[in-house]
Amino acid sequence: MTISRRKFLKTTSVSCLALAAGPSLGHGYELLELPGRMSKGPEELKAKRWGMVVDMRKCDGRCTEDCIGVCHEIHNVPFIPEAEHQVMWLFQEPYENAFPDRSRELVSKVLKNRRFLLLCNHCDDPPCVRACPTQATFKREKDGIVMMDYHRCIGCRFCMAACPYGSRSFNFRDPRPYVRKINPAFPTRRRGVVEKCNFCQERLEVGKMPACVETCKKGALVFGDLDDPDSEIRRILAESPHVRRKPELGTRPSVFYLF
Amino acid sequence: MYGKRWVIPGMILFVALAAFPFYWYAVGKDKPFPQLEMPKNAKACVEKTPFMRANHMRLLDAWRIAVVRDNLFVYTAASGKTFEMNLHKTCLGCHTSTEKFCDRCHTYNDVTPPCWECHLQTETASKGSAS
Repeated sequence: MTISRRKFLKTTSVSCLALAAGPSLGHGYELLELPGRMSKGPEELKAKRWGMVVDMRKCDGRCTEDCIGVCHEIHNVPFIPEAEHQVMWLFQEPYENAFPDRSRELVSKVLKNRRFLLLCNHCDDPPCVRACPTQATFKREKDGIVMMDYHRCIGCRFCMAACPYGSRSFNFRDPRPYVRKINPAFPTRRRGVVEKCNFCQERLEVGKMPACVETCKKGALVFGDLDDPDSEIRRILAESPHVRRKPELGTRPSVFYLF
Repeated sequence: MYGKRWVIPGMILFVALAAFPFYWYAVGKDKPFPQLEMPKNAKACVEKTPFMRANHMRLLDAWRIAVVRDNLFVYTAASGKTFEMNLHKTCLGCHTSTEKFCDRCHTYNDVTPPCWECHLQTETASKGSAS
């Protein structure tokens, strides 16, 4: 058998390529078909779209360390003294920072001296979700919570740039040494991921209200289903004038403020 | 053949060198499979042992996706037993020491999953709060 040099080179190079390419095709990471099945928790609190009302007439800011403290403690949120590295799920800002779009001229004393309780707005149309390149942050269709899967976060911080409310924090350093009292039932985060309020998803699934709502003794925080016309939150919103942060952006926040 | 005085010994030397890891390490004994400390409060894992041994990471992955994305919470195993899909409560509830279970096998297989950079065991947690 004779074979030309040209044909030999062609055949060998194509065969080598096929050998190299073979294993790399069709070996993507596939989810496993589990032998069991998964279902909802029996005690889970259900809603189509979770929302919160922050009644600033009742929240005078004197005990906000309590709700912020409880939230940060159960979620292992680190306490980092340097402002630029701070991580916050629930936090406070003065009126002009919380509502920069509203009139700042001749503001009433009540509003001016108040520190507004802020958290992730769990927007109906969340810009952070659109910005996330890995779908690490997403809106759950079943209950409207804007959640994060920290395993998928690559730390690009596009979501932080996209969030108009400053509700997201980046772990510039390993947060664990800065967690004051570690709650082993909830994971900490690692350096290089973004984190934010999750509307206490881990509590809702076992039938508990969010920790801040449960902690507030003054009834300033009301949590409920915005899609249910008979819910308490809808009754409050129907009765009292309310505002949302930066409504002109069209993100449709699920957190409402009463003044 | 042209220059066979050098080519043939050269080829033999090359094969000897390239195959070095195979015959050199084949001489020794197998490293014994690590002894795992089994949980005392349970006899069976979520699914059968061979399945868990091969697929625990993929089971955890499927659980995580179900919990964070699809609001699911309870796993009913093939045996009919139900479990909360929660690494801390369910897995670590039995395997109380990851050093004596997870790590032994992972070290043996030379894999370093980053689970404990975020997830906590009770022991690590008490160490962390003391410092």
